Amino acid sequence: MSTITLKVNSETRAVDVEPRTLLVELLREHLRLTGTHVGCDTSQCGACVVMVNGKSIKSCTMLALEAEGADVTTIEGLAKDGLLHPVQAAFKENHGLQCGFCTPGMVMSSVDLLQRSPRPSEQEVRHWLEGNLCRCTGYHNIVKAVMAAGGGT
Amino acid sequence: MGASVRRKEDKRFLVGKGQYTDDITLPNQSYAAFVRSHHAHARIVSIGKAAALAAPGVLAVLTGEDVAADQLGPLPCGWLVKSKDGSNMVEPPHPALAQGKVRHVGDPVAMVIAGTKAQAKEAAALVEVEYDPLPAVAQIADAIAPGAPLVHDEAKGNVCYDWHLGDAAATDAQFAKAAKVVSIEITNNRLVPNAMEPRSANGYYDSVNDQYTLYTTSQNPHVIRLLMGAFTLHVPDHKLRVIAPDVGGGFGSKIYHYAEELLTVWASRRVGRPVKWTADRNEAFMSDAHGRDHVTAAELALAANGKFLGLRVHTLANMGGYLSTFAPAIPTYLYGTLLSGPYVIPAIYCEVKAIFTHTVPIDAYRGAGRPEAAYVLERLVDKAARELGIDRVEIRRQNFIRPDQFPYQTPVALQYDTGDYHSTLELALKAIDYAGFEKRRAEAKARGKLRGIGVSTYIEACGIAPSAVVGSLGARAGLYEVGTVRVHPTGGVTVFTGTHSHGQGHETTFAQLVVEKLGVPLDQVEVVHGDTGRIPFGMGTYGSRSAAVGGTAIVKAIDKVIDKGKKIAAHLLEANVADVEFKDGKFQVVGTDRAKAFGEIAFAAYVPHNYPIETVEPGLEETAFYDPKNFTFPGGSHIVEVEVDPDTGVVQVVDVAIADDVGTIINPMIVDGQAHGGLAQGIGQALYEECLYDKDGQLLTASYMNYCMPRAADLPMFKVGNHATPCTHNPIGVKGVGEVGAIGVPPAVINAVLDALAPLGVTHIDMPATPEKVWRAIQTARH
Repeated sequence: MSTITLKVNSETRAVDVEPRTLLVELLREHLRLTGTHVGCDTSQCGACVVMVNGKSIKSCTMLALEAEGADVTTIEGLAKDGLLHPVQAAFKENHGLQCGFCTPGMVMSSVDLLQRSPRPSEQEVRHWLEGNLCRCTGYHNIVKAVMAAGGGT
Repeated sequence: MGASVRRKEDKRFLVGKGQYTDDITLPNQSYAAFVRSHHAHARIVSIGKAAALAAPGVLAVLTGEDVAADQLGPLPCGWLVKSKDGSNMVEPPHPALAQGKVRHVGDPVAMVIAGTKAQAKEAAALVEVEYDPLPAVAQIADAIAPGAPLVHDEAKGNVCYDWHLGDAAATDAQFAKAAKVVSIEITNNRLVPNAMEPRSANGYYDSVNDQYTLYTTSQNPHVIRLLMGAFTLHVPDHKLRVIAPDVGGGFGSKIYHYAEELLTVWASRRVGRPVKWTADRNEAFMSDAHGRDHVTAAELALAANGKFLGLRVHTLANMGGYLSTFAPAIPTYLYGTLLSGPYVIPAIYCEVKAIFTHTVPIDAYRGAGRPEAAYVLERLVDKAARELGIDRVEIRRQNFIRPDQFPYQTPVALQYDTGDYHSTLELALKAIDYAGFEKRRAEAKARGKLRGIGVSTYIEACGIAPSAVVGSLGARAGLYEVGTVRVHPTGGVTVFTGTHSHGQGHETTFAQLVVEKLGVPLDQVEVVHGDTGRIPFGMGTYGSRSAAVGGTAIVKAIDKVIDKGKKIAAHLLEANVADVEFKDGKFQVVGTDRAKAFGEIAFAAYVPHNYPIETVEPGLEETAFYDPKNFTFPGGSHIVEVEVDPDTGVVQVVDVAIADDVGTIINPMIVDGQAHGGLAQGIGQALYEECLYDKDGQLLTASYMNYCMPRAADLPMFKVGNHATPCTHNPIGVKGVGEVGAIGVPPAVINAVLDALAPLGVTHIDMPATPEKVWRAIQTARH
């Protein structure tokens, strides 16, 4: 066991982890931030995407120890003062979610896309989201939501 | 009604506060891991528990012997199908943990319970199972070969049942007078449903109160309670509570009663702590029920003018290693009965043999039998059009059941109440600009691409189901639905529904029904589902039944609330009950301005100071059990355009336009969303997805590295249109939309691929039309 210190959703946390503990396990099991999901074992589905130091990463593919000193934002930390983040609001407005399981990863990944490319084209959005699987929406309304959040249509 | 109300359930999902089964951790939680067979077929020689039991944190190691000792029942099958000769299907026991033999890769052999998930997994790796491997069969063709290894000794030739439907002699007579017979041999590829949330179960036995609780990823918690209580765990219903909280997609795979559900509850009783198990994705691939897997030969008899005369279908359907909960019904009553499609076909005869193999059990997956039927028919119709030189759209128009022919009795048992197939076809043709297609084909050719267009006109049966009908066909349960409407003293409403929402948006759609009927604001309505402790009863969500059956139960309960409200209002208004009407949220004496608001009546019902207490009970809460009179029959037209790269065989779907008749629409945004998801799964089946086993029954596609799920870049935007002919036998007029995409689109995609490849002489391809398969078809045609 080692103790690591990191910032999660603007709060400093000290957590005892094993060397093998994954970041997603730290979030879900140690901090009980269960908004971040696990949908596969092979880094394919993207349900576990969170922001680490401002960039989207798959938290199932990062050891917790690697997050020492990092600034982590999960889906629970995205809304501010009770107001949905524009990407969250766009997902609601455009029916970009159904069962909600892939949604946290989709939203976090889309937030990263929009900070890199504020007004992405449809093809850009589709290409960016290749690492996020959704089984409910056919991606149609997710793509619409991300484009709407980026001010496109 | 009819408004695209934004979903009430979205916020909790968007801020990470959804509560899925694995998110729930109970006090003193322990964890289970399963030891699963890596052989397709083997005798279990011995199971060594010692090393696992000695590992840190281990509480118990349980095997088939323990299951037998505690007399847990085998997993029951909910549908008895009879063979042609009247004999019952072969129904071998499906033990929760293997008894002596394993019959597919993933068959659970032992269960390890420990203090942490990691400890359980580590100890599971220490369980020493000695197997004596036996020859196995995974493909239907191998399973029916003479001398094939038997999956169950009692199923001779690996045949579960040999079923038929329709009139063989009448069909023969039609074929005898045909000018043309078109035949086809096709497969319907085996799929893995792949809800994004892996299955999970958390069982808890409270010894103080002798009360059992199961949190599970289920589409129908009451069904699980019924099956667990009566058949597997042998616990009375009132002692067993099953909760299906937020569930991350189901698509059929979360209907069934799975071993892990009863085993976590049973293990909790044994170790004295709650026991949680969550599948990893690899485990899901080898333990979730799979879908489809048919091999079919079919023939269509036609007159010279293209009129359909008769249809013969012979299908072999893979059941897997055991019978899953509804498996026998899928390739029979949800398949053979749909073979008339939207067409007039005077005679149909269908034979289906269900075959055991050493593979994961197969059961309903989005569409369930109906996609297989639509695929057979729509491939045949396209082939007939091509061979007769009739336009593929014209041959469909010519054979459609006309609007004036409803109600229409098919030769395969169903009676369609309404439909307008011509209108949905015209809508879809217009949406895709069918007339302009040849220009697009020429333009694509100039870019070196082969462009094709494919049409599919389909029908399905939803609103499952009239209990007496399905009972006579072998269903071992009723298929009604239950709704309770609780009006609170201050006028707010809680709806309790026996259906279950795992993405469908019931919390919004059903609230819209209440708003429409009672005139209360949307934010005054809550919809509760998924908890046998809170909801009287229910059969759950599958087969696109929730709005048609569950919604109707709610409407019936609302009607009872209104009837009771009228009696209270009549007393308060000093009028005859017959003179009171409920309109615009008010109980009003007809022809006067004397009225009581809905909230006033609710309050009076709970504070009955001035009240017809001699004849009316206080309170305002009503329950309705609704058993549908018939199935509902959504249908429509799906048109797809693809471009094929002849050098690589890559198929890109470039346009999709559909027009469905799903009956009256409550929330268009949600309905369109359901169509989108079905389309993605249907395109996935046609182009990408296939669950593969090798000859020895080894599962080759057990992760997202090798099972190809459709991704965002694989799909275009979808053009979705609707044309409603309301259902005639439910008060809402709804038919169901959950499965239309997955049913209609696969043949449209393949017909489009074959249209693109037709200039090269390619006439057949099986799903999925992967680049390799398309490339090989092109090479074969060229040489």
